[in-house]
Amino acid sequence: MSVELKEIIKEENIVYRKTPALTGNVMHYCPGCSHGVVHKLIAEVVEEMGVRDKTIGVSPVGCSVLAYNYIDIDWTEAAHGRAPAVATGISRLHPGKFVFTYQGDGDLASIGTAEVMHACNRGENIVIIFVNNAIYGMTGGQMAPTTLVGQVTSTTPRGRDVKLNGFPMKITELLARLDGTGFVTRQAVHTPPAIRKAKNAIRKAFENTKKDKGTSFIEIVGTCSSGWKMTPVEANRWMVEKMFPEYPLGDIKDI
Amino acid sequence: MAKFKGAVVVDTEKCKGCNLCVVACPTGVLSLAREVNGKGYHYSEMTGPGECIGCANCGMVCPDAVITVYRKNVQN
Ligand SMILES: Cc1ncc(C[n+]2csc(CCOP(=O)(O)OP(=O)(O)O)c2C)c(N)n1
Ligand code: SF4
Ligand code: SF4
Ligand code: SF4
Ligand SMILES: [Mg+2]
Repeated sequence: MSVELKEIIKEENIVYRKTPALTGNVMHYCPGCSHGVVHKLIAEVVEEMGVRDKTIGVSPVGCSVLAYNYIDIDWTEAAHGRAPAVATGISRLHPGKFVFTYQGDGDLASIGTAEVMHACNRGENIVIIFVNNAIYGMTGGQMAPTTLVGQVTSTTPRGRDVKLNGFPMKITELLARLDGTGFVTRQAVHTPPAIRKAKNAIRKAFENTKKDKGTSFIEIVGTCSSGWKMTPVEANRWMVEKMFPEYPLGDIKDI
Repeated sequence: MAKFKGAVVVDTEKCKGCNLCVVACPTGVLSLAREVNGKGYHYSEMTGPGECIGCANCGMVCPDAVITVYRKNVQN
């Protein structure tokens, strides 16, 4: 028995489509970039919670600097690494809003280390979405604090050397140690099951805002196929093999 | 017994040909076109050998949110 495509392709049979909380602007990201999937999950969560008009994002410096073009909510843009400080001000002045930062690993774990530490230590009622692709994507693939030992980047052409460059910084584990954080988790977005889990974590973090449960911190281990010099499919495979042992997925803290 | 049939529609002009949907499809429905879109990308289309079951895996993994998935319950 064959069913004509046109009988299937009807409005009432839609089971998955772009959420209206995404603007529909073509994203400037490279093909396969994890930032796109993470944007989509945030947009789906705010849409499903019905809080689009109460959500304020703070975008970083990094590839996701233009995130405000894609998720249809209120946004502001912070100086490099300073998103948690800006989000602090916004959430204190606007209790009842859902305030989140969106930051890369260069932005959050390098130039912005002080801001994220202190915001989490104060237990600011904000959500921090941290996309760790182990590299400075935007500026051409330089080493980040999160770069793996031996990983080749444009500034570590022979691979990251611990003698010279130190160890990959596990900032998520460090932040979990602070009393101000309530929910700290590490997720990924490379397969449908991982994407469902990551979305649930984002939802939980936004729900925590209503309960003022301290800072919610979500690391997403992601790919940067351009910086890693791989195809998106190879990058996902490399992430599973090399990144996950160093950055294991799962909840680190949930109070 | 209930049986589901699916179909997907790709916004081919916005697709970046990243291939993530192709490898995420459990039934081999999708493949990248020989032709390119306006931006020069080999866009994804339903030209693989498999039959779509409307599982939405492709839609979920697409970073650019350009896939719409349809699923119809077809009674035998
Ligand atoms: C004060 C300042 N220092 C340095 C830079 C250069 N710069 C721009 S983005 C960036 C790092 C981006 O890496 P990451 O935060 O990991 O984001 P990604 O692009 O990988 O998502 C740097 C160092 C800058 N714009 N401003
Ligand atoms: S450079 Fe890397 S992080 Fe930036 S858009 Fe391209 S793949 Fe994504
Ligand atoms: S809905 Fe499922 S079966 Fe159909 S093309 Fe997408 S991944 Fe393949
Ligand atoms: S995942 Fe999306 S952007 Fe990538 S090839 Fe498939 S439809 Fe195109
Ligand atoms: Mg980065």
